[in-house]
Amino acid sequence: MSSRRLDKKIDAAFKFVGLAATLFGLVVLAALVIDVVSDGHQRLGWDFLTSYPSRKPEQAGIFSAWVGTLWIMITTAIFAIPLGIGSGIYLEEYAKRNRWTDFIEINIANLAGVPSIIYGILGLGLFIRMMHLDRSVLAGGLILALLILPVIILSTREALRSVPSSIREASYALGATKWQTVRHQVLPAGFGNILTGVILAMSRAIGETAPLITIGALTYIPFLPTNPVAFNKEIPYIHLSLQGFLDPFTVLPIQIFNWVSRPQKGFLVDAAAGIIVLLTITLAMNAIAIYLRYKNQKRW
Amino acid sequence: MVGNRHACSLYLLIWFMLKRNNIVKFKEALIERLLLCCSLLSVLTTAGIIWVLLSETIGFFKHVSVIDFLTDTQWTPMFTNKHFGILSLLSGTLVTTFIAIAVAVPLGLISATYLSEYATDKMRHIIKPLLEILAAVPTVVYGYFALLFVTPLLRQFIPGLSGFNALSAGLVMGIMIIPLVSSLSEDAMHAVPMGLREGAYALGSHKIQVAFKIVFPAALSGITAAVILAVSRAIGETMIVAIAAGQQPKFTVNPLVPIETITAYIVQISLGDTPHGTLEYSTIFVCGTTLFVITFFLNVISFKLKRRFQEIYE
Repeated sequence: MSSRRLDKKIDAAFKFVGLAATLFGLVVLAALVIDVVSDGHQRLGWDFLTSYPSRKPEQAGIFSAWVGTLWIMITTAIFAIPLGIGSGIYLEEYAKRNRWTDFIEINIANLAGVPSIIYGILGLGLFIRMMHLDRSVLAGGLILALLILPVIILSTREALRSVPSSIREASYALGATKWQTVRHQVLPAGFGNILTGVILAMSRAIGETAPLITIGALTYIPFLPTNPVAFNKEIPYIHLSLQGFLDPFTVLPIQIFNWVSRPQKGFLVDAAAGIIVLLTITLAMNAIAIYLRYKNQKRW
Repeated sequence: MVGNRHACSLYLLIWFMLKRNNIVKFKEALIERLLLCCSLLSVLTTAGIIWVLLSETIGFFKHVSVIDFLTDTQWTPMFTNKHFGILSLLSGTLVTTFIAIAVAVPLGLISATYLSEYATDKMRHIIKPLLEILAAVPTVVYGYFALLFVTPLLRQFIPGLSGFNALSAGLVMGIMIIPLVSSLSEDAMHAVPMGLREGAYALGSHKIQVAFKIVFPAALSGITAAVILAVSRAIGETMIVAIAAGQQPKFTVNPLVPIETITAYIVQISLGDTPHGTLEYSTIFVCGTTLFVITFFLNVISFKLKRRFQEIYE
């Protein structure tokens, strides 16, 4: 009988230990946020968002960094989203189960676990040395696109898998072709979950630093990529340009890393302020994703 | 004459329908090919990685012997007296990885057991996404936190701690990979059929016994997969160690001194102005190859184990 009572006590104790272990990470996260906000809040302001990096910590800002992040994200999205979703559709809806698909699957699982810095080395060899894209927005965006591709593929597959096959069968019964079924039935049904995966993947890309350092993006960038739309006084008054994609860039995490690695105290404050901006963006994107996932929890 | 005209239009109609059908078929086939190309891109990516890494690595080993690379305990590619012993970078990587795993595995597994066996559904739905946020914080932010919060904090207890050290980098990295361990393990535990638990209860077991003697062993392949994936992630983690662990390749297991990991070395060379095409520069590809080979094996083992638990219970 005493051993039963002991077990009960252990049971109650584990309930407590388990909760403590689960919440421990969140406590650390809270400490991190408080630390960063208390370090950096005084630097945060309009000036910080609209100034270029500078030698003087009090005057430095993240203008070129957040504009660069925006450019890189748009480039990444253009490549990664269609390719990732397309690939997910193929593997989940079209591919037959055989050795070949098995190989592709292991390959994607491995790519999802390859260290991000390896993608930087790939970009260095492929986009910089072979294609001579230099340290451009296009090269950076392509690297991040390859990096998040497996994430998008895996979440697309999971989203499509949760669509019941009765929906597909009903569509076929009405005479729809495979693509019509996918396009008009399966994709809309899985759309919410695919979107969640895409947002999470993009939030990961925003925070990536290492692969962009490898292609040499860590430079002092006191200018922006060329504006894609420029207005002038001559006909046709508006000038469209893709030059921006070939211009050098910096992004938020790289700017932060640059400031962290300097000895002056002032730059550490700048880094903390930059982190507040970066964290706000990533946490907001994650909150949106969590909300979407929660909203899309459908029981078929 | 009239019948002939009818036959003619019927023929045209059939021809048109056939043609329309062909267009649809063609479009379907085209779309399938396009989607196939999308998924082949991932195979090409792997091929690209292997090609870029190998082409430089082969060139490197024409100048440096493989045995020196694997047994030398010094890594000094930038000095006049050059040594290329990967062991000193590898030891740095293994020390930080070990610390990270020592944090992430116990915490991750306890919280996975708690979430799967003890927590209510409602709690699980709130806590799981919150834990995932830990993995979503950019690593450069963790690097800042390790260097400017954790290290000063630890220094109050460990006087001999250097400003850059493996300990705080490893600890923070451990926090980051908790969700990786807990989420996948929890999935594996959740997939264990209710019948096994009920059987144990019927024999008079307590919840704690069910959790650790029934569910845990039954989910072991999934849990192992999670742990291996976490190890692979810790080995490849870059920014935290580049910021907080230092840049001194050293063949040591002492976590209190500055060290350098494989990844941090790649960052260091990328930041410097080493000319492309030199032997010094090709070291980053060799380091990349080492990293890729290690993580590749871990990832594949983890994938196979994960698939096994999915096959057993789903």
